Amino acid sequence: MEWFRKAKSGIGTLIKRDTPVDLWVKCDGCKEILYRKELAANKYVCEHCGFHFRIGANDYVKLLMDEGTWQVMDTNLRSTDPLKFTAKKKYKDSLHDAEKNTGAHSGVVAGIGEIKGIKTSMAVMDFRFIGGSMGSVEGEKIARVLKRGLQMKIPSIVVAASGGARMQEGSLSLMQMGKTSAIIAQLHKAGLPYISVMTNPTTGGVTASFAMLGDINIAEPGALIGFAGERVIRETIRQNLPPGFQRAEFLLEKGMLDMIVPRKQLKDTLASVLSHFI
Amino acid sequence: MPIPKGPHLEFEQPVVELSMKIEDLLKNSEINAADVKDLLAKKDSLQKKIASKLSAWNRVELSRRSGRPYTLDYVQHLFTDFTELHGDRYFGDDPALVCGLARFNGQSVMVMGHQKGKDTKESIRRNFGMAHPEGYRKALRCMKMAEKFHLPVITLIDTMGAYPGIGAEERGQAEAIAKNIMEMSVLRVPILCIVIGEGASGGAIGIGIGDRLLMLENAWFGVISPESCSAILWGDSSKKMDLSETMKITAADLFELKIIDRIIREPLGGAHWDPEQMYRILKGVLTEELEALNKLQVDALVEKRLNKVTSIGQFAG
Ligand SMILES: [Zn+2]
Repeated sequence: MEWFRKAKSGIGTLIKRDTPVDLWVKCDGCKEILYRKELAANKYVCEHCGFHFRIGANDYVKLLMDEGTWQVMDTNLRSTDPLKFTAKKKYKDSLHDAEKNTGAHSGVVAGIGEIKGIKTSMAVMDFRFIGGSMGSVEGEKIARVLKRGLQMKIPSIVVAASGGARMQEGSLSLMQMGKTSAIIAQLHKAGLPYISVMTNPTTGGVTASFAMLGDINIAEPGALIGFAGERVIRETIRQNLPPGFQRAEFLLEKGMLDMIVPRKQLKDTLASVLSHFI
Repeated sequence: MPIPKGPHLEFEQPVVELSMKIEDLLKNSEINAADVKDLLAKKDSLQKKIASKLSAWNRVELSRRSGRPYTLDYVQHLFTDFTELHGDRYFGDDPALVCGLARFNGQSVMVMGHQKGKDTKESIRRNFGMAHPEGYRKALRCMKMAEKFHLPVITLIDTMGAYPGIGAEERGQAEAIAKNIMEMSVLRVPILCIVIGEGASGGAIGIGIGDRLLMLENAWFGVISPESCSAILWGDSSKKMDLSETMKITAADLFELKIIDRIIREPLGGAHWDPEQMYRILKGVLTEELEALNKLQVDALVEKRLNKVTSIGQFAG
């Protein structure tokens, strides 16, 4: 649920690409001013400090899938606001804004494509869509594409970017943890590879379900990954958190990840790992 | 019926006062039960009236009311031959989540649940029912043991959440919960889950995926507590009452949303007013539910569970 804060703080937020005023971007890692064109050519990774800017779901599709192989699925699924949720903001309005900002009906892009010739099912979460939170649609799309992977007997990948459960869908959101994990149980039983890629941030119910269940768990450098939000932990234990807490490097040290892979090497790494399994 | 010990909730105050009056009258040897019949009837109707007007927030208060039975109370009163099993075999034992072998109506089962403390000392020892990864890993170890020996699993959910601390994160709270959810979805024995008090977020569903999800009338279950939700949105807990309604966390709301399978009635005033009656009610329900699950052949059981778990969600398109 930390996405409220994270969204506001704008850590690594990618400024809208089509606005001409954003020719230059300040790096959140080293404060260096970067030329956007060069940054884009470098997959939105700072050439000075290696800071990974946040990118959208379709950017990952482009990054990972061989050109012309991607077949997108279930683009028409959308949330029905089942709780008629209204708090500070109406859920309907949040959905509307998110659709406008991303041009998509949900925070997940899912489909089948090829990674260096290896047919793979993949779901990618988009943090720009209500903090990448997991609602019914997001859970359903991930479950469906993994199921497709199961039927086609091909490897599956989920690229996570999420503040966790979507509060506006209450326990329907919570139960998506069960839905996605149940399909992954079947992938494991069927002997099919499932790789989890965690990007900044991956927290809450997403970490506590499909993101931590990979045969291989991979993270991008510096990504915030955890179960509880920093604020909640700080308020509970009433002490400061150690430096680097809940960052990818911390998780690698604690044994939760197989590896940290810079964005530019992600495709090669995925292809290499998958080649051992198929 | 003894009056439950305080602190009393604001809305139960009138009933408490009336009950005390009745109790005082009965202390007088010249007054017998028949003389207070009218007062008892009045108390009954007052309690019914209060029950009919309970807000979602009132139920959250009831779910946390001291004197409400906890996991080990149910274990003691509904089961026999309980043998607690300790430790996750990796790091430690977590007293916030208890597991053990027991008999239910003579049948061997694995029973487990979050455990809160009854006084300050025990509350601290049990970390207020907020489990660490060790708790979830112990639970999984015991579930796999149940699978090996063909014992049904019964889980009692009562937690404000999985513990948010440094150690918990370092030792993989998220991984522990994720693994439990995944394994429970395909465990080859019946799993019966009951929310007996609080059922918050990942900490609840870390032992909450099963063939049936039941809920006591005054329990709550959801993605976040109303106070925490209020704190995130407004910076303080001031909107917790409204949010309790908005978030649809009561048993009635969740039954309507098809998240839970059954609401379990509580004694008038809540479980803490008559724990003995609560035990009888729950025992009856569990007997029925377990009999139904026992009849299913294991492949059919798992398939049914998978269908149930993977079909939750509401969307269009
Ligand atoms: Zn930089």
